[in-house]
Amino acid sequence: MKLSGSVFKYGSNVDTDVIIPARYLNSSDPRELASHCMEDIDKGFVKKVKAGDVIVGEKNFGCGSSREHAPIAIKASGVSCVIAATFARIFYRNAINIGLPILECEEASRRISDGDEIEVDLAAGMINNKTKGETYKSLPFPEFIQNIIDSDGLLNAVKAKKI
Amino acid sequence: MGMTMTQKILAAHAGLEKVVPGQLIEARLDLVLGNDITSPVAINAFEKAELDTVFDKTKIALVMDHFTPNKDIKAAEQCKQVREFAKKHGIVNYFDVGQMGVEHALLPEKGLVVPGNLVIGADSHTCTYGALGAFSTGVGSTDMAAGMARGVCWFKVPSAVKFVLRGKPRKWVSGKDVILHIIGMTGVDGMLYKSMEFTGDGLKNLTAEDRLCMANMAIEAGAKNGIFEVDDVTVKYVKEHSTKPYTVYKADDDAEYENTYEIDLSQIKPTVAFPHLPENTRTIDECGDVKIHQVIIGSCTNGRIEDLRVAAEILKGKKVADGVRCIIIPATQKVYLDAVNEGLVNIFIESGCAVSTPTCGPCLGGYMGILADGERAVATTNRNFVGRMGHTGSEVYLAGPAVATASAVAGGIASPDEI
Repeated sequence: MKLSGSVFKYGSNVDTDVIIPARYLNSSDPRELASHCMEDIDKGFVKKVKAGDVIVGEKNFGCGSSREHAPIAIKASGVSCVIAATFARIFYRNAINIGLPILECEEASRRISDGDEIEVDLAAGMINNKTKGETYKSLPFPEFIQNIIDSDGLLNAVKAKKI
Repeated sequence: MGMTMTQKILAAHAGLEKVVPGQLIEARLDLVLGNDITSPVAINAFEKAELDTVFDKTKIALVMDHFTPNKDIKAAEQCKQVREFAKKHGIVNYFDVGQMGVEHALLPEKGLVVPGNLVIGADSHTCTYGALGAFSTGVGSTDMAAGMARGVCWFKVPSAVKFVLRGKPRKWVSGKDVILHIIGMTGVDGMLYKSMEFTGDGLKNLTAEDRLCMANMAIEAGAKNGIFEVDDVTVKYVKEHSTKPYTVYKADDDAEYENTYEIDLSQIKPTVAFPHLPENTRTIDECGDVKIHQVIIGSCTNGRIEDLRVAAEILKGKKVADGVRCIIIPATQKVYLDAVNEGLVNIFIESGCAVSTPTCGPCLGGYMGILADGERAVATTNRNFVGRMGHTGSEVYLAGPAVATASAVAGGIASPDEI
């Protein structure tokens, strides 16, 4: 599966409180959560984001609360993939579990700038920066994680007895 | 090569003789936890996947603590959904208003977690129970849903870092100061994916409450879990609170640690984490003049009776400074009742504090103490991210109960020795 879009670039330690502030956690509706996505770090995000766009962070993306509302808000806002040098571990699990593609790639995190047009080949773990004419390689997922993603999330995998 | 405490618990629950860091395993769960914010998402996922039964109705805990007593209609609807799910599935450990407390203070107090357990919770501070020699870690709502259905969860076996604690903390230094000191050293991602294992002869000088507070904030260093070696203090606490059987896992002598830190508890000063990351720590003598508008004493980090005793000791005969709102939130009903019976609540109210029923409320900017633009709070909570407690232009300074209380009296960040 190839994903493509423009990049929203952020720094290190993007926490789940800025991805989706707790004042909106009285809802679990993905569309409502998406309407406040990134609100406390980038007020313009919701207006600018288009289907397929990619969020790129630096170190420890998604740190803080375990709220699954964070990857849900990102996915429902149309973002096709999140790339970072490292992820906080709960956010990493949650993204996989809800079927939000997520790649760890230090080089991509370092080289990609805000607004770059990129293309991501998930199966190959390749990231193509069309704006800069560069490619970056990320590690592919192990088989059981790929099974979860192929089933569109953990619960579907459980239901289909894939894991 | 031997195994760490964490690796031994994971191996035992995966039915394996041995596990190594990086290994992917499926392990049996002793408890699955959710709250009023994360459970609705888990229940939606559970029902969407047409899972009709839970693996064990005695091994699921649902605690309505974040936006309760309900802060608004939406929060009420979320609690209603969880309440109906709990009733439908006969969930034994469902805690609603009147019984509930802040989940990570409540579960140890109710004896639901004992040494050697493996616990997941849809709340990042689930790592708290490591204080009792359990492996416990925060997950998301989907993991919670799958855990409720299957009673197992997948894990990547973590590597570990050892913290050898020596000496005795000084007066006014609590577990909070020790863990803030450590996070200041490691940074908020220094322990990413790893176990923090606490050992050493200084352990005997840390109470169960100190340890619960420290393990609680392991996530603030990015760790998968924080775990304390089981000793007499743990056993006494567990025997006082639980009748469940428990198993003590001790790290092998040749267990592998990526790094070892020796920490002399007697050298740690009261510590404050400045906005907007828990790693931005300064000792009390480096804080300078920081005027404040609010103090919060409570939360899963510092809402236990020992914390309230410290607050009362400092507040007795004193008043909260003009212009400061001091909100004290006992973490559980039992803590609240003990505080009433010990006369602590009288001291708080006479000093000009507001005392609330248990709730997570202000810690995550839910309600019961939201900050306006430009306001500063000293809080005994665990996070000080941008907008965590209200407006994105507000600031949260994290501290232990002694500094938080002294600051309420002084009107600015202060040590109890200064007031």
